Amino acid sequence: MPATKRGTQINENRRRWLGGAGAAATVLTLAPGVRLLDLALARSEEEPVSERVRWGMLVDSTKCAQGCTDCVDACSDEHGLTGMGRPQTDAQYIRKLDLKDKTTGKAYSLPLMCQHCETPPCVDVCPTGASFRRADGIVLVDKHICIGCRYCMMACPYKARSFVHEDLTSQVPETPRGKGTVESCNFCVHRVDRDREPACVEACAQAGHNALVFGDLNDADGALARKLEELPSRQIREDLGLNTGVRYHGV
Amino acid sequence: MRWCAILLPAMLYAAVAAAEVPVPSPPRGDGAQCVEPTEVMRRDHMKFLMHQRDETMHRGIRTTKHSLVECLSCHTRKDDEGRFVSINAPGEFCQECHAYSGVTMDCFGCHATTPRQPTSRSAQSLGRLLSDTSFRLHIQP
Repeated sequence: MPATKRGTQINENRRRWLGGAGAAATVLTLAPGVRLLDLALARSEEEPVSERVRWGMLVDSTKCAQGCTDCVDACSDEHGLTGMGRPQTDAQYIRKLDLKDKTTGKAYSLPLMCQHCETPPCVDVCPTGASFRRADGIVLVDKHICIGCRYCMMACPYKARSFVHEDLTSQVPETPRGKGTVESCNFCVHRVDRDREPACVEACAQAGHNALVFGDLNDADGALARKLEELPSRQIREDLGLNTGVRYHGV
Repeated sequence: MRWCAILLPAMLYAAVAAAEVPVPSPPRGDGAQCVEPTEVMRRDHMKFLMHQRDETMHRGIRTTKHSLVECLSCHTRKDDEGRFVSINAPGEFCQECHAYSGVTMDCFGCHATTPRQPTSRSAQSLGRLLSDTSFRLHIQP
């Protein structure tokens, strides 16, 4: 009968659709925010970092609002950066810059932090080896061997580093900081090692700006690489040939 | 007889002194047992910390067994108001023995002396974190 036949057809379609939806739901609910690729790349706790990964960030300055300091505040909170009321010398891992093109009058806003160069000048000049680049591209200061000479601060073209001038008591467990050592943005290395994003990226996304994308530059299918493919981006002071890990769109 | 007169007070003094030797008594940490036997920890804790320091700093290995942050999480005490007491304060776990043995610790010039104290701001961010399901989970194979 025609009616029965039609009914059977509808059921088959329904079955096919439900089957597909079920498979999609299985993939989506694997775990919140975890893709299969992440599972493949996840490193066990005992495993050292490797050169297979290079951490980087894209700053979309077109989404970065003037006067917004959500990333800076999150950074200060995460690393326990408390000021001494002396802006000239207080530690800052991220600086918010407001720029203006004198000719056109177009205004830009962007966060500037350690650019995590592939060939970092701070590492070149460090006399003790305290300033070093980790295998996964994160540039760090080993404060156990930093003697506070501040050559790296002179060498950095981005003025990304700060010096701790005074005794501190307000440190947080994840970020040891002390008088007589140099420090800078470390891409929240304690979070990255536990498969979490840096505090600034998280704060920017939570505030709904989504101006910062963090990820693996070497992972062609990753969020960062896809975004870099989609948006034209550049490095600040490309002329220096440092191959920075932080890229900017819209500047 | 004269020897006795000298020896006896000397022996008495020694006995009294032995009872009064100030031995450090650091407060007990949480849990039944430290990460290594107590005798091993007393002698070698600095070696474990030094090894872990370089592993974490340069190779990104954040196992918790010998990490200073984990020392803090078991060995810091809370005061009457529920705030953590610095682990290097007089009488607290680290300082008690180091004062006794005359060893100065450099660790706490940089490292936190308590676990993260709950502040209104970090409590807020923790709340945000817990309500946010988009942060990436740590997966162990």
